[in-house]
Amino acid sequence: MSSGEISSTGMGTGSGMSGEPRSNWPLFEVFLRSKRGLNHVHVGSLHAADATMALHHARDLYTRRNEGVSIWVVKAADITASSPDEKDPFFAPSGDKVYRHPTFYEIPQSVPHI
Amino acid sequence: MTGLGAGSGPGPQAGRWPETGAGPLQEGVGAVPRGAGALKPGAGIAADAGALERYFEETIARDRRIEPRDWMPDAYRKTMIRQIAQHAHSEIIGMQPEGNWVTRAPSLRRKAILLAKVQDEAGHGLYLYSAAETLGADRADLTDRLITGRQKYSSIFNYPTLTFADVGVIGWLVDGAAICNQVPLCRSSYGPYARAMIRICKEESFHQRQGYELLMTMMRGTSAQREMVQDATNRWWWPSLMMFGPPDEQSPNTEQSMRWRIKRHTNDDLRQRFVDMTVPQAEALGVTLPDPELRWNAERDHYDFGEIDWSEFKRVIGGNGPCNAQRIAARRAAHEGGAWVREAAAAHAAKVAARAEAAA
Repeated sequence: MSSGEISSTGMGTGSGMSGEPRSNWPLFEVFLRSKRGLNHVHVGSLHAADATMALHHARDLYTRRNEGVSIWVVKAADITASSPDEKDPFFAPSGDKVYRHPTFYEIPQSVPHI
Repeated sequence: MTGLGAGSGPGPQAGRWPETGAGPLQEGVGAVPRGAGALKPGAGIAADAGALERYFEETIARDRRIEPRDWMPDAYRKTMIRQIAQHAHSEIIGMQPEGNWVTRAPSLRRKAILLAKVQDEAGHGLYLYSAAETLGADRADLTDRLITGRQKYSSIFNYPTLTFADVGVIGWLVDGAAICNQVPLCRSSYGPYARAMIRICKEESFHQRQGYELLMTMMRGTSAQREMVQDATNRWWWPSLMMFGPPDEQSPNTEQSMRWRIKRHTNDDLRQRFVDMTVPQAEALGVTLPDPELRWNAERDHYDFGEIDWSEFKRVIGGNGPCNAQRIAARRAAHEGGAWVREAAAAHAAKVAARAEAAA
């Protein structure tokens, strides 16, 4: 298997018109807002034939005990990711900019509310 | 169902984001990340591999988590896939012994509880398959390995549930043992597995308490009901102790697993912890644990208990328990019987997508 095979399961991209749909469903990543005021957070993944089914499956799988008030599902193949390595030079640009942090600036203690 | 063929086994294949190595970035899982090479021009692949391995070891030594797109040794990946898959299979097969009682639960209350619990087991299996997929395993392939007997599940589910008291005893002892095993796994070095375990442990607590409450209710009932509870306890006690796996001296992988922090305590340690926890619960319930050698040892500050019949354990693991064939046959029938639904849903999705595209 490969990610390509899974993510292209009978979905769009023109080939769906002619080719026989695969019975293997694509992978969706699931994001949950646990309550109002909080961001959606990634909770896991599941397979579904389409986005609507993915939402229903996500509800059944990840919110059996009121864990969420809103769900996003995204086809895994549609996500672009950075490399996870902490030492990755991708994140290097922010490494030497200590002046972006409030603690960089020394203010006398006598100055209030700052 | 297509896509179940051999040759798609777990291994260093391409995976998907966000949890796996490749996907959009087209890096093979286990391949040297671009960053590593780019930082050290002129350094050979071998040198980079050494650096990656050191980084992996360091991450574990600092008790940090390994995440899916990190470099990891092949043996770690394989071991994790096997551990997670076996756990997932156990949850899925674990629906059957109790599922047998859903239609015969003695009240609507008990039926609703049992349904919720069996649904949870399915959910746990799916969290875990999701975690296994982050390592490059393919879910359909894992199911295939289960129903063809190439991957195992916990031997405990090969025992029959003869009376409704078994439902209670499974919650109390089997889920109790599972909690003992699983709480330390919430700190597994593999991030997605640890996160799945946290979700699972929260839900297992309901499982154990509903079981114990069920048993308390039966113990307040007729003498026939009390006998039922004692009988179920007698049958499940020893298999529950076997859930922790072979004794330490016969568990050759323990050392490596502890070093990788995918196992936090030895089998015997966890078993002892379970016994110590359970004895007072049995007393409170008013049942006798079927072990004449079970007694408090003040010197050790633990309960001593009798010798486990490891030949039984081997027999059941080896496929010759009371229900092995039945469990696999039921799982296979469910999988094959559902094939047309999966195919129809895929065909429908393809049709809708094609129509949308034609209209665009």
